[in-house]
Amino acid sequence: MNPWRTLWHYNRGKVLAAAALVVFVVWAYTRDPQIVEAVLASSLRLSIPLILGALCGLIGERSGVINIGIEGQMLLAAFVAFLVNVYTGNLLLATLSGMLVGAVLGFFLAFMSVTLRIDQIIGGTVINMLAFGLTGYFYQVGLVTKGKFAPIPIPGLADIPILGAMFFRNPPLTYLTLLLIFVVQFWLFYTPWGLRTRAVGEHPRAADTVGIDVYKMRYLNVTLAGSLAGLAGAYLTLEAVGSFERAMTNGQGFVALAVMIFGRWNPILAWGAALLFGFATALQTQLQFMNAAQIPASLLWLKQIPHQFIGMLPYLLTIIVLAGVGGRTRPPAAVGQPYVKE
Amino acid sequence: MRSVILSITAVLLALLIGAGILLLSGASPIAAYSALVHGAFGDAQAWQRTLEKSTPLVFSGLAVAFAFKAGLFNIGAQGQLLLGAIIAAAVGFGVEGLPAVVHAPLALLAGAAAGAVFAAIAGALKVYTGAHEVITTIMLNYIAINLTDYLANGPWKDTSPGNIVARTPRILDTAALPTWGPVPSGFVLSIVLAAIIYWLLWKTTFGFEIRTVGQNRHAARYAGIRVARTVILTMLISGLFAGLGGAVETQGVVGRYQPGFNVGLGFEGITIALLAKTHPFGVIPAALLVGAMKAGSSQMQFVADVPKEIIDVIQALILFFIAADFLLRRLLRLKAEAGEERLVLSTGWGSGE
Amino acid sequence: MSEFVLEVRGITKRFPGVLANDHVHFDLRPGEVHALLGENGAGKSTLMNIIYGLYQPDEGEIRVAGQPVHIRGPHDAIRLGIGMVHQHFMLIPVFTVAENLILGAEVTRGPMLDLERARQVVRHLSEEYGLQVDPDARVEDLPVGVQQRVEILKALYREARILILDEPTAVLTPQEVEDLFHIMHNLKARGVGIIFITHKLKEVLAVADRITVMRRGKVVGTTVPAETDERGLAAMMVGREVVLEVEKGPAHPGEVVLEVRDLRVEEHGVPVVDGVSLQVRAGEILGLAGVQGNGQTELAEALTGLRRPQQGTLVLNGEEMPFEDARVLIEHGLAHIPEDRQKHGLVMPFSVADNMVLCTYYKPPFARGLQRQPQAILENAERLIEQFDVRTSGPLAPVATLSGGNQQKVIVAREFSRPVRFLLANQPTRGLDVGSIEYIHKRIIEMRDQGVGVLLISAELDEILSLADRIAVMYEGKIVAEVDAVEADKTTLGIWMAGGQAQGAGHGTTRSAGAAAS
Repeated sequence: MNPWRTLWHYNRGKVLAAAALVVFVVWAYTRDPQIVEAVLASSLRLSIPLILGALCGLIGERSGVINIGIEGQMLLAAFVAFLVNVYTGNLLLATLSGMLVGAVLGFFLAFMSVTLRIDQIIGGTVINMLAFGLTGYFYQVGLVTKGKFAPIPIPGLADIPILGAMFFRNPPLTYLTLLLIFVVQFWLFYTPWGLRTRAVGEHPRAADTVGIDVYKMRYLNVTLAGSLAGLAGAYLTLEAVGSFERAMTNGQGFVALAVMIFGRWNPILAWGAALLFGFATALQTQLQFMNAAQIPASLLWLKQIPHQFIGMLPYLLTIIVLAGVGGRTRPPAAVGQPYVKE
Repeated sequence: MRSVILSITAVLLALLIGAGILLLSGASPIAAYSALVHGAFGDAQAWQRTLEKSTPLVFSGLAVAFAFKAGLFNIGAQGQLLLGAIIAAAVGFGVEGLPAVVHAPLALLAGAAAGAVFAAIAGALKVYTGAHEVITTIMLNYIAINLTDYLANGPWKDTSPGNIVARTPRILDTAALPTWGPVPSGFVLSIVLAAIIYWLLWKTTFGFEIRTVGQNRHAARYAGIRVARTVILTMLISGLFAGLGGAVETQGVVGRYQPGFNVGLGFEGITIALLAKTHPFGVIPAALLVGAMKAGSSQMQFVADVPKEIIDVIQALILFFIAADFLLRRLLRLKAEAGEERLVLSTGWGSGE
Repeated sequence: MSEFVLEVRGITKRFPGVLANDHVHFDLRPGEVHALLGENGAGKSTLMNIIYGLYQPDEGEIRVAGQPVHIRGPHDAIRLGIGMVHQHFMLIPVFTVAENLILGAEVTRGPMLDLERARQVVRHLSEEYGLQVDPDARVEDLPVGVQQRVEILKALYREARILILDEPTAVLTPQEVEDLFHIMHNLKARGVGIIFITHKLKEVLAVADRITVMRRGKVVGTTVPAETDERGLAAMMVGREVVLEVEKGPAHPGEVVLEVRDLRVEEHGVPVVDGVSLQVRAGEILGLAGVQGNGQTELAEALTGLRRPQQGTLVLNGEEMPFEDARVLIEHGLAHIPEDRQKHGLVMPFSVADNMVLCTYYKPPFARGLQRQPQAILENAERLIEQFDVRTSGPLAPVATLSGGNQQKVIVAREFSRPVRFLLANQPTRGLDVGSIEYIHKRIIEMRDQGVGVLLISAELDEILSLADRIAVMYEGKIVAEVDAVEADKTTLGIWMAGGQAQGAGHGTTRSAGAAAS
């Protein structure tokens, strides 16, 4: 069945809610265009690590491997990208190094899950612990970078109201990410490789009996997916923040898993979920910075909430998503189970 | 016996690779490790440091190991510990006029209860919605960090003159836990607890239910065991231990709640639990090992100029080797026993099992 | 040019502790059906897995069309024209028929999958071989008989000249079995050689050109249907004269022990148990016949506290029982031999002793309050091991170390050693050797003679016919017929099992023999 039709069929409620949100945004834009544009742009920025992490997770899970080490992959990749930026100033090289680190950790996870058949959650935990340990160990205070990625407005498109500010005035890694979302969607549902990947995640023995190498598929998928988590780390340090702090990923790798589940292991839907999470955080932060006079009375109470509770928001949303508010989720049937060729 | 050999081998291999990393970054493994050992066991003060660091680790190790027995992965021990610590602190400084014999246990119980409730939330979510406890407990961890941060910075902040740090006031003397020589009473309590858990798991019907649910929840339902109740109770008890660990830390060591006193993401509990092969008595030496590493690490940083995060790396490696136990078995030529209770964890996200 | 399309010589395969194939010789001519017969554990599946490349033989050689070949994996086997239809289908449930067909041998247009062409291929093959399937249907929505056709199509798409059918009739109604034989005839006419693996004697005699019997990893002999009969084949299979029917006296049914009224179980909104009402009396065996997948599993789960039905009443010994509460049922005299012994019936890493008190661990003498009584548990296990002749190294041995038959005995020992009023035995002898099957049948009859009401659910019609006093047939979630055993015959039962109408006592349905005949 056409994946678009499947999408609509299973997600009617969410699609309608999204439409309502769009209407709200347009209305708000008429009241105060600058703030709306700022919030939207911020939402997209905040969503980038989440969607990249979710893509990493879903590619792996579609092939049957659970990856809770995305957090560690992002962190170590960010660190290495940061170091390369400090010592070479070459942003492209730094980005590629970050992606490589993500891929290497992905390969390690594949090794643990497929060859050693270690419990996949423990494998992911090992990666997280290694990343935290290594970044902490090698971190030195006082390193300074020579710069970060700057926004590149696309002429013409950048001037479109609302959407222009959000989508077409972004730095390169953001554009790359947006492109990747569609690439992954196409690859997963329209190519033989994607078909085989999904087969391996649903019923690996069946795939084996038609001559597909289950181990190889899982290795390749998880390793390549790791490069996306690496890209997320590179993004954090080279585009978003511009430097490195210990534990700067701050749980985004785990929130990415919720985004993945919310998005039903589908790249486009996951992107919607990522934008939603980003929007919630961006809105709250914006309200924090505005003074009371600018905020409509009905929203004023939002400003009173202590910032730690805003901080809790993504995690609470994640729990709500996992609790199945929005329908039961159906992961790939064989996910999490090590495959043993007889 | 086999398990002990495997655990020791895992530790040795991890230390070996850790030495390799040290060499790579230009440090001397010998200097580092000997400083580590000296800082942990060199004199009575070092021993006290080690025991102090180990005490909360025994509690979180027991918490994680206990949950593992029911097939549950409680990564949230960290958050439960933090909550336990701050609630115990609140009872410790906020409740006045009680004799020590009442005050201290009350604060302990309050901390334990806080951890228990927090973990039970994850248990209930799993049972009624299928949400996998790995993610929910990690999320709850971050929520706990934010919550305790808010409390320590806000309503429960230490407002004594000169203080700007986010922390609670000191607990009253009546809530403090005594230290017997170099041994914190909290450590002794943890040993007692380990014995209780052992009895619970292998000598009682409730323990039989927990282990059955952990090994085969289908058979458990077939036999009439109420799986939902068992899962929630297990998480509750697991959280209780973690919360108790936090309370003990507040009342026995720090004397107040101060964010950052136990930074880490709760992963140590997992390493310790697995190193101990999820056996309560194994948790004690495993916790001592990790506690020793933590206690000695400041010495190592000071004397050998090695950043203390190397012990995090070593812990990650220990976890790796202990989890890759079939790899180790091949190395040591030990055969797996058919009846060994397996660690059955990842069965997908489980929505609607 | 060899007269054989496939030859297998001296194949030997060892697994830890067992010699699965012992110098096996086997060959296949084009256009013939060569049946491979043997009971569970004889080595048939191992041999086929070797031919298909899923296992590697320790010794021996394989020749295809006279040329020696080395089959390293399914890839090689497929390339050589070997196709396999497994007993448990190797289909991706969430994919469509077309997607399943092309998986691993995809048709593409540039980098993209060409599903339109895949659909055409499916239609083309369907017509040519007479196997009707809808290319866009999701496999998980298809009935089992149709899924099997997809499996066969998969092999044909890859141009198989050697087709291995591994226990294909296990999940089919008698009508669907006829359809399958028809398809096999078609394939034979086109020169495809078929290896037909089964343990069902009647089928072998009906359809095979040659029959090879295996026992304990060795080939016992090869013959043709004209020169043998059921008794002869059975003797070859087990190596001794086998009593094919169980001895039992007449039943003396007492009062009703179990009553079910209007039971309805739904899965995703679709009824899988659709208004079932049953009665089982003390001292009788009610056999529930039916092809697997018609609601028996869900029915059994609802009756044993493992599933909550959408609607219905359950009355045990005259008392109404709550659903989804196995403990209450056990305390009121329920015994349950589950369909899947390793999933529901046993905790594999636990000891035999612990498994024997799995349902009673909390009661005296096995526990006093919270405290378990290990001595009592041990003594109980020793007694039962002796009584039920369980072969094990001891009561503390992990039950995983026991053979399938002995594991089932542990379950039987446990269930039969407490006060029982009602026994639900679900596929109690599946996957067991003949000796264990005989033993368990005997004990079930014993239970019945002691006044227990027995509900026997089985996909093996022969088992039902030999044990049951009354027989009910389940089809698509409903009870479509209920007869006394003496009045039942296989053909009529088979028709009911397929949803058709037939002469005979009991209520039929107004449903026509739809799906099976298409």
